[in-house]
Amino acid sequence: MAKVNIKIEGIPYEVEAGMTILEAAKACGYEIPSLCTFNHGECSRGSCRVCLVEATGARGLVASCVYPVNEGMEITISSPKAVEARRCSVELLLSNHNKNCQQCDKNGKCELLHVAQLVGARDNMYQGEKTPVTIDNLTPSVKRDTSKCILCGRCIERCKNAHGLSVLGFEKRGFQTIVAPAGNRSFANSPCILCGQCVTVCPTGALMEVSEIDKVDAAMKAGKYVVVQTAPAVRAALGEEFGYKIGTPVTGKMVAALRRLGFKKVFDTNFGADLTIVEEASELLHRVADKGVLPMITSCSPGWINYAEYYYGDLLPHLSSCKSPHEMFGAILKSYYAEKKGIIPEDMFVVSVMPCVAKKYEKDRPELAKDGIKDVDAVLTTRELAKLIKRSGIMFNRLPDEDFDYDIVGDYTGAGVIFGATGGVMEAALRTAAYKLDGKELKNVELKDVRGLAGIKEATYKLGGMEVKVAVASGMKNAKVLLDEIRAGKSPYHFIEIMGCPGGCVAGGGQPFVKPCFLPNEEDNILDTYREKRANALYSEDEGRPIRVSHKNPQIIELYEKFLGEPNSHKAHELLHTTYSAKEKFKD
Amino acid sequence: MAHLQEAAVKQINEICERYKDEKTPLMMILSDIQKEYGYIPLEVQELVSEKTGISVAEIYGVVTFYSFFSLMPKGKYVIGCCLGTACYVKGAQQVIDKFSEILQIKPGETSADGMFTLDALRCIGACGIAPAVTINGKVYPKMTVDAVPGVIEEYRAMGGGL
Repeated sequence: MAKVNIKIEGIPYEVEAGMTILEAAKACGYEIPSLCTFNHGECSRGSCRVCLVEATGARGLVASCVYPVNEGMEITISSPKAVEARRCSVELLLSNHNKNCQQCDKNGKCELLHVAQLVGARDNMYQGEKTPVTIDNLTPSVKRDTSKCILCGRCIERCKNAHGLSVLGFEKRGFQTIVAPAGNRSFANSPCILCGQCVTVCPTGALMEVSEIDKVDAAMKAGKYVVVQTAPAVRAALGEEFGYKIGTPVTGKMVAALRRLGFKKVFDTNFGADLTIVEEASELLHRVADKGVLPMITSCSPGWINYAEYYYGDLLPHLSSCKSPHEMFGAILKSYYAEKKGIIPEDMFVVSVMPCVAKKYEKDRPELAKDGIKDVDAVLTTRELAKLIKRSGIMFNRLPDEDFDYDIVGDYTGAGVIFGATGGVMEAALRTAAYKLDGKELKNVELKDVRGLAGIKEATYKLGGMEVKVAVASGMKNAKVLLDEIRAGKSPYHFIEIMGCPGGCVAGGGQPFVKPCFLPNEEDNILDTYREKRANALYSEDEGRPIRVSHKNPQIIELYEKFLGEPNSHKAHELLHTTYSAKEKFKD
Repeated sequence: MAHLQEAAVKQINEICERYKDEKTPLMMILSDIQKEYGYIPLEVQELVSEKTGISVAEIYGVVTFYSFFSLMPKGKYVIGCCLGTACYVKGAQQVIDKFSEILQIKPGETSADGMFTLDALRCIGACGIAPAVTINGKVYPKMTVDAVPGVIEEYRAMGGGL
């Protein structure tokens, strides 16, 4: 890499040519106040004008996030001119911003507030007209409030980079400009898959999940039998909200906290994941034996299901009919468990803590209710759980480690845990499919070919005398490649795993925000590594489990013996399977 | 998309096809559609999105950014009032207000009878004859408030509309 010599505040440095001033300054130990801590190229670069500095050879002040360094350049960050200009930029952003910070859901994680403090923005420096406001709270998953939007465009870029979609775009011009789905429609009337990736990059409270904390409070108050289940990915990230390093599993403390929050039972969704695997592996083997529709595609990710219904309505028969793990678990809780424990299903209130905002939409699907009783009543994100814990005065770090409830349901295997990482469902399913096809367990259950963060992973396994070809994709941009192959009749695969969010659930739209400006103790490249760190937390839990294949979960075996009969039985279908339907993209 | 007639779908497909080898075909496609139909509704944007792979939100953004494109059908006579700096200081605001008052429409709107659309334009480069008004391409130099009723009558006399 070629080097150039520059000076910052009069001190000479040698930096890589081609770097922006912002990057070069960071490498030399200067953090120029900016809104760039999460940009990663994901904003309409240079638009916010916060990171202005003086640089020789440039006309006026330059936006350091886009201006490249060159030989001999002298950069001044702390001159009165640069300091005042940055403050002015932020004050102008604030002049068109709804400043109800105390009530804002983003409070504590707002990058605009953070940078306003850094530059010393003064109150109400510029007053006048404000851009007309749109508030979209029609979906159960994501809400949009343009009064908080600073038009950075990160959400647009993230949607494009993760999914190739860009459901959101800039609309109109000048002072009227807003970021919105086409025609300033609601997300509910646009082909948005509700994954919440836009929420994870929004610097302010313009895009947020729709909170269901009030629903849970109401159920508690009404004296319902409120039980909770937590998805695997939650334990890998919840600790971040309480100061733990990214990738620290906090399973035991999370369970302890949930018990102290008043939930009657604290279950692990991994039990549902094990059940999903037994059903799904069985469905796959049936399809192979009966020459059914192949490749079969997993159906755990509600963002992916939304995508399939909007964009690939013709391929819906390829989707496994299995409900997602937490829905399966909900259905079992309100049938088998309620029956055994003498609880009236109507009195039971099932809360799922998920790394996901699309799950909020999923739980309201009419297909996922039986006789008007929903499988799951409320979905909280990992972030909402952290808010609940903080609200209740629980000192998370001082909690003891406790175990999940598993009296007749709730026990889980290592196969269930890895669902939270891309490739995990595939690996878990293959562990069970291998046993069913070969009649013996795999020697090594760790199938490393389907692990890791590559957008598309492929592998071939010899099982029961046949070559089983599989593929794994996360992010719809990658999924599209595999789906177009199927559409063209050229897909070589038997089984495909698709997850909505890049990296899988560990990086879901409901997970704690990874914003370097609030994470001073993480490495500089944390945005490149956090997905893997969280995934590793899950793989290490898998390693430590005594049983690592779903079909050997003793409570799952008992559930089939006492209640469901066989996998894919009539009763299993009634409780554990669902249907899909193609959706119109734009509704008026 | 069910609302589009088959002939229109065919023609829009043809327009998209014309620019399939272009690196950035969107402006050209939208210009042709605007010229052909006088407006670019959402259904048409969806079709262009399918043909080009550009998201509807992005296309919608372009359509609403440039005042040359329109989401609604325009009237038979499109009155463009320049509100650029030179025209503005020469009283263009009063001129457009007068059009607004007589036609009972705001800038950007089309009269109920489909006859007139009133557009506020940025500088059209005719500062020497400010304030400038164009109607279907014909330029009215040094427009005055008093001349507005006569101009409108001139076009009403020609008839048309819905």
